[in-house]
Amino acid sequence: MTTERTPITETDLHAYVDGQLAEPRRLEVEAWLAGRPEQRARVLAWQRDIEALREMLAPVLAEPIPVRIPTSAHRRHSVWPRFAMAASIAILSAALGWLGRGALTDAPQAQTRNVLAHRAAIAHVVYSPDVRRPVEVGADQEEQLVAWLSRRLGAPLKPPRLGGAGYELIGGRLLPGEEGPVAQFMYHDAGGQRLTLYVTREGASAGDTAFRFAQEGPVSVFYWIDGRFGYALSAGIAKSELYKVAQEVHRQLAPN
Amino acid sequence: MPDASAEIVGCIPSLRRYARGLTGNREAADDLVQDTLERAWTRLAFWQRRGDLRAWLFSILHNLFVDRVRAARRSPIEEMPEDEIAAPLRATQSDLLEVRDLDRALLELPPEQREVLLLVGVEQMSYEQTAKVLGVPPGTVMSRLSRARTRLRAVLEGRSVLSRLKAVK
Repeated sequence: MTTERTPITETDLHAYVDGQLAEPRRLEVEAWLAGRPEQRARVLAWQRDIEALREMLAPVLAEPIPVRIPTSAHRRHSVWPRFAMAASIAILSAALGWLGRGALTDAPQAQTRNVLAHRAAIAHVVYSPDVRRPVEVGADQEEQLVAWLSRRLGAPLKPPRLGGAGYELIGGRLLPGEEGPVAQFMYHDAGGQRLTLYVTREGASAGDTAFRFAQEGPVSVFYWIDGRFGYALSAGIAKSELYKVAQEVHRQLAPN
Repeated sequence: MPDASAEIVGCIPSLRRYARGLTGNREAADDLVQDTLERAWTRLAFWQRRGDLRAWLFSILHNLFVDRVRAARRSPIEEMPEDEIAAPLRATQSDLLEVRDLDRALLELPPEQREVLLLVGVEQMSYEQTAKVLGVPPGTVMSRLSRARTRLRAVLEGRSVLSRLKAVK
């Protein structure tokens, strides 16, 4: 109050939080804040946010550096993983283009009827080519996967065992749907062919339906509603082949 | 150049941390860091020891991130009807369904505000360095920082009402 000081600005407050003030100015800001509880609370909240962010991200520093990150100029990367990635993106784009065009030209009625198959097919083409991370939770943590997806969908849900049909569970992920989360389980066979089972509670109130088939571009889809869930099984394989798997899925998941 | 090499490798953990904060996703973050390092190693010979190596690496990552944000914005997928793409597009963020409010709030900031908040707050760069990394004037850094903090607060306060209610039960 006794001497004329440079007024404290918003920039000073940020610089105070970020430790970027020279000592004399820092003391001035501190003194200024001491008499202004509201401003002080604001600054303290910023400080807490930053500390929380640091804490949240700190574990990343302790992680081992993934092998794919080059740690010297000499390591030559094979062009193949990149090529495979580019190729799968090209296929994906083509498939999405195809599906997108279908969506635009379909009659509205057909769209509503096939909406389950259509969404499932899109989710299939988006995630099944993902080489690195096709699922969020792997089959090695099946118990957690089941608990997590059941909790999120609000009803007990278990991935069927399709070993008899030649497909092993890779894992699952959660997707946001129109009226709540949707689960996607992914399987593959010995040849790497991937198959996804899309499970949603949307539309399930409309009552059970029989098997229906949809060809969505390169993706074959069988879909049906049974009890609490709507199911759609998608793969880039022939209808007859997929039908066998769909029957097995249906048999295992049918409510008693 | 051996010193520079060691310094580059030494920056990888913090580049990964920064990228994780930017993308909220481990794979996307490591994609960015991988591309950053590949670019850095091929350009190291041309890097004339001008200034700050760490800032140089972060600026490479920044440029790659900006390219991706732009590419995502003009992706053909976006031209499809919203309801058709809702599931798969947002699913890239589906990891969020299970993570803390803070991570979610951070991703609700516009990318340029997220960058400033992370560079200043987490990477603890000076405003000057941050401006250099992002290729903007220091005044822009300040205004983005201010907006980022205000917005983060608003998002967190909006949510914390809910968690407080839960805590009372």
